[in-house]
Amino acid sequence: MATRSIVPFGPQHPVLPEPIHLDLVLEDETVVEAIPSIGFIHRGLEKLVEKKDFNEMVYVAERICGICSFMHGMGYSEAVERVMGIEIPARAKYLRVIWSEMSRIHSHLLWLGLLADAFGFESLFMESWRTREKILDMFEYSTGGRVIFSVNKVGGQRKDMDNEMIAEFVKILGGMEKEIRTQSKAFLNDYAVKSRLCDVGFLTMQQARDLGTVGPFMRASGISLDTRKLGYAAYDDLEFEPIISTVGDSYARTDVRIQEIFQSIDLIRQAAAKIPSGEIAVPVKGNPTGEYFMRVEQPRGEALYYIKGNGTKNLDRMRVRTPTFANLPGLIETLKGCQLADVPILILTIDPCISCTER
Amino acid sequence: MSAMSLAQTVLRNLFSKPATRPYPQVARVYPARTRGQIGIDIDACIFCGICSKKCPTGAITVNRAEKSWDIQPFGCIQCGCCVEFCPKKCLAMMQDYTQPSAVKTVSHHAQMPTETAAVTPDAVQ
Amino acid sequence: MIENKIIEIAPADLLAKALRYKQDGYHIVQICATRTPDGYELTYSFALEYEMIGLRFLLDEEDEITTISTIFSPAFLYENEIRDLFGVKIQMISLDYKGNLYRIATKTPFKDK
Repeated sequence: MATRSIVPFGPQHPVLPEPIHLDLVLEDETVVEAIPSIGFIHRGLEKLVEKKDFNEMVYVAERICGICSFMHGMGYSEAVERVMGIEIPARAKYLRVIWSEMSRIHSHLLWLGLLADAFGFESLFMESWRTREKILDMFEYSTGGRVIFSVNKVGGQRKDMDNEMIAEFVKILGGMEKEIRTQSKAFLNDYAVKSRLCDVGFLTMQQARDLGTVGPFMRASGISLDTRKLGYAAYDDLEFEPIISTVGDSYARTDVRIQEIFQSIDLIRQAAAKIPSGEIAVPVKGNPTGEYFMRVEQPRGEALYYIKGNGTKNLDRMRVRTPTFANLPGLIETLKGCQLADVPILILTIDPCISCTER
Repeated sequence: MSAMSLAQTVLRNLFSKPATRPYPQVARVYPARTRGQIGIDIDACIFCGICSKKCPTGAITVNRAEKSWDIQPFGCIQCGCCVEFCPKKCLAMMQDYTQPSAVKTVSHHAQMPTETAAVTPDAVQ
Repeated sequence: MIENKIIEIAPADLLAKALRYKQDGYHIVQICATRTPDGYELTYSFALEYEMIGLRFLLDEEDEITTISTIFSPAFLYENEIRDLFGVKIQMISLDYKGNLYRIATKTPFKDK
């Protein structure tokens, strides 16, 4: 019987992008078990509902995470709008779709760069982040900020993009699409990349279902579910299918995310062609009473927003269940049986966002 | 061949300009909608205090008696609520960012007291 | 469209209902606790494909409930979280952090207003 040793991994580590701590139980170089430990950046944001009224909580919600910032603000606003029974104008719904899909592209490009950097492929890291700079410039041009946009509010959007701006963005995205295709083809067909990603970290379809995984992590194991199909914002007017892969290893997860970038560019083209003219917000009267569970598809998976209002201007409860929180048990399962050197890669393939997880 | 396609990118990178700009020598031109910091036209302000009530972080302090308007630039989150709700439109979102500093400053603006109009003897008749 | 089904149950029925959902193929989505003036209101959400159902019950401050982490293994994270932040008494969680999931200075900060 080989001797077992426990190696602490994280929260500070040169290859680890997020402050998560894992206690790895090793037998020689094989990981037998992993015990996760989070809580290094808990800010207690959910308690701020007692101090800030429900209009000001949008600004708190969008600061839960820097990468998924727009979708947190959007999910919160949608949840409060459902509680209060407000119907936002059609143009605001399409604007939300366009900004959400741009957020998804920039998040996946960031993730691709981090994955390449994790096994030493620094030139792809630089290339994909250079491509991502074009999206950040588009955000700054349309909303005023590169990371935190502050364009969501309960009742619609605060800023508009006129049609020339949207047409310009679609043209820039078309140019980016060609660049990303060249880079990703070189990446996915490379021998060194394949030997590190293929056949590593399997998660079968039954395991993915039982452990409640979400997002591209789940779709790479063959489950065909996408929360955007529920039809919030303008998604029920757009045509798309969830992208799946049936293999279930790290290479499949990389492939699913890269294909999602192209799917998002296509969705933005569809939305830009169909966007109607009109107002972008409706006035909000009164206070929220009641509760609602809202589900939104973030780049990392399905996020859930629970809002409970009691008729005053402060909400009773705001609860955010983020996708990485749901993927952590799945991560622990994929780590069993892998080599110690594969641990950072496997953590990166679930696309962790610990800032979201701990709020 | 994947090596050929990457070689194309490598050659293109070798012979083109760097993607970064040489920052302090070349200044950054910010787009029009950039949310940098809040500026005020203090002479148009009526000190109603709506901006200070709407501010989510409480960064604005309005003193009606002394006719002064203060903002903590490091407490401001550049959301633009004050700009939206000001009835006299004297607040504006400027494009340059607050300079980094070692201490948290407060930016103080006050209206200069105006001369009261003197009643000239020949006006009273 | 997105549906919001919430079923009120008694705290003692939780384990039986959870077993029934596991049998039907549901997986756990989240566990949420809200503070009421004399206790807590717990909501357990389960989902299958696009459908989501919530089980809701009220608890007093001193009541104890049993874990469902032996039925649904990801539940240990949610149960540790509501125990650390709210002080809900949950027994026999499969991976028990004993109050150290979030390394916070005050115990149960969300319990008091």
